[in-house]
Amino acid sequence: MITGIIGKKVGMTQVFDPDGTVHPATVIKAGPCVIVQAKNAQADGYEAVQLGLVEETPAKANKPTIGHFKKANVPATRMRREVKLAPGGDAVKTGDQVLVSIFNNGDRVDVVGTGRGKGFQGVVKRHHFGGGAATHGSMFHRAPGSIGASSFPSRVVKGMRGAGRMGGGRVTIRNLKVLRVDADNHLLLVEGGIPGAPSGYVIVRKAIAPHKVKVAQVEKPKKGKK
Amino acid sequence: MGAIELVEKSQLADRPAMKSGDTVRVHVKVREGDKERIQIFEGVVIGVHRGGTRASFTVRKVSFGQGVERIFPLHSPTIQKVEVTKSAKVRRAKLYYLRDLKGKAARMKDTGKS
Repeated sequence: MITGIIGKKVGMTQVFDPDGTVHPATVIKAGPCVIVQAKNAQADGYEAVQLGLVEETPAKANKPTIGHFKKANVPATRMRREVKLAPGGDAVKTGDQVLVSIFNNGDRVDVVGTGRGKGFQGVVKRHHFGGGAATHGSMFHRAPGSIGASSFPSRVVKGMRGAGRMGGGRVTIRNLKVLRVDADNHLLLVEGGIPGAPSGYVIVRKAIAPHKVKVAQVEKPKKGKK
Repeated sequence: MGAIELVEKSQLADRPAMKSGDTVRVHVKVREGDKERIQIFEGVVIGVHRGGTRASFTVRKVSFGQGVERIFPLHSPTIQKVEVTKSAKVRRAKLYYLRDLKGKAARMKDTGKS
């Protein structure tokens, strides 16, 4: 069983419950994907599939890449990512389509993407240092402070946190709730925000450690009564 | 149609066209325990904020001499209906200046159509 799909972040909106509660939601254009390569335990040591995201604009591929796609007999895609296979379900073969219908309403999913780059940032923003007082004669505002002792060891120990490039790395948001699956338009609506800017590529996979879904308790259990 | 509009389409409620300066009666569903009743909030629309299902509007009224403003999500299912009772000619999109005016000065020129 295929556990994930490649998608593209579209943007955010909000969704109403019948009682008027508003949920923030992110729209993801997920799929359609094709299986470019099926990996198995004998040849590769693990079970997985390589998916390609089918897009409107054709991909520019060099000859070795075209050869790789030709094996699966599918047109080249710009984006390829590997997702794990869960035990059970039908056997997968190359060239098969993977659609957003692998998810259902109410499922928990993890979304993996590339976060927005924040540029060169100081320690207060980057490492949540406390900083100093703004007023009352304080001359210590957002500087990192001491980064170590003097003559011994005469160097800064490795791993000292400092200012530098922040963001722009791989970010995973776990346990987002699927609010709606629109199979006709290949759209997925998840609750809350996901990494990256609109039109960024993301992988949506079934949650690897799902939260228990809260069930509304009808009546509070009374103490002393059985 | 963009993907976001596609998603929002099913959420959009049927609301009358309204703009700043209109006097509206907003029928709001209020839950009390397990009973539900309708409460009416009547006042002047002092601003409309557009944007699909995220659209909202602000209604201002003066209740016992105290100004009260409520911001309603335009497409919220808790709003049963919105009636536009009066329209006034205004020259601003956001009528925040009404907050500083009271009595005669806070009147507006009626356009006559309702």
